[in-house]
Amino acid sequence: MQPELAPSNGTDDAGLVRRAQDGDPEAFAELVARYEKSIFRLARNITQNAEDAEDVLQETFLKAYEHLDEFRGDSKFYTWLVRIAVNQALMKLRKRKTDRSVSLDETFDTGEDTLVREIAVWADDPERLYSQDELRQILASAIESLPPIFRAVFALRDIEELSTEETAQILNLSVPAVKSRLLRARLRLREKLTRYFKRKGDDVFAYL
Amino acid sequence: MSLLTCKDFLKELNDYLDDATSPGLRQEIEAHLAECPNCWVICDTTRRTLRIYKGTDLYPLPSEVHQRLMEALRRKMSQSKNGSGQSKNGS
Repeated sequence: MQPELAPSNGTDDAGLVRRAQDGDPEAFAELVARYEKSIFRLARNITQNAEDAEDVLQETFLKAYEHLDEFRGDSKFYTWLVRIAVNQALMKLRKRKTDRSVSLDETFDTGEDTLVREIAVWADDPERLYSQDELRQILASAIESLPPIFRAVFALRDIEELSTEETAQILNLSVPAVKSRLLRARLRLREKLTRYFKRKGDDVFAYL
Repeated sequence: MSLLTCKDFLKELNDYLDDATSPGLRQEIEAHLAECPNCWVICDTTRRTLRIYKGTDLYPLPSEVHQRLMEALRRKMSQSKNGSGQSKNGS
């Protein structure tokens, strides 16, 4: 669709970062081309707002450019970038609403709350029940309904496919905290989608 | 006979879906799934939830957003060139 600086030359990130640090703008542009889609998607998933996501995208790469000398290669460049983006995205959320749910430090009961309410078999090919637009709407509104920290964990682990350890590092959470939030996020999404995707006629409710 | 309870299963669900369980535990989980329809449904629908999300790019980068990012970067780069020479390294 859009003109893209394809990461064709096989140069690894570390090499590009070194060249960018030495003042090569094309090397930095290549890093942008590699990660802009992911950063935008992540920002959009966390902020749930198109305008904020664009701001976060720009702020992330501008900050990365500005602070490139401070990147020492202790982590992957992408992880460093994501950390900047997540911080920017959470700041946007805090600005937009003085919502207590934005806090990352908030402790959740990891034990006894109900994880599963509805258990129903899904239709064989539930995506086919809806148009592309409807399906996207269903998926988007399910994510939107999650608390921000769940959205962040789900987006990092299951959409951007970072490891549990990387996600923990980026969000300043412990590994068990990431795991329990991810489980909750996945099960809540499952539950939301079940409303749309369950096989007609099946109405099984159960509580675990 | 499975030794796992439904609650145990739920605790292991993430690792199971991520293929991160030991072979022994995996066997126990699969034994539980074979005899517990509820957990089987939870496992199946959660797996499909992940598959659907992974298979759908909900927020593709609009080309005008890409263009504006590149413009912002060009402005930034020319500023730092004018400010302190080509490279940020030597400063």
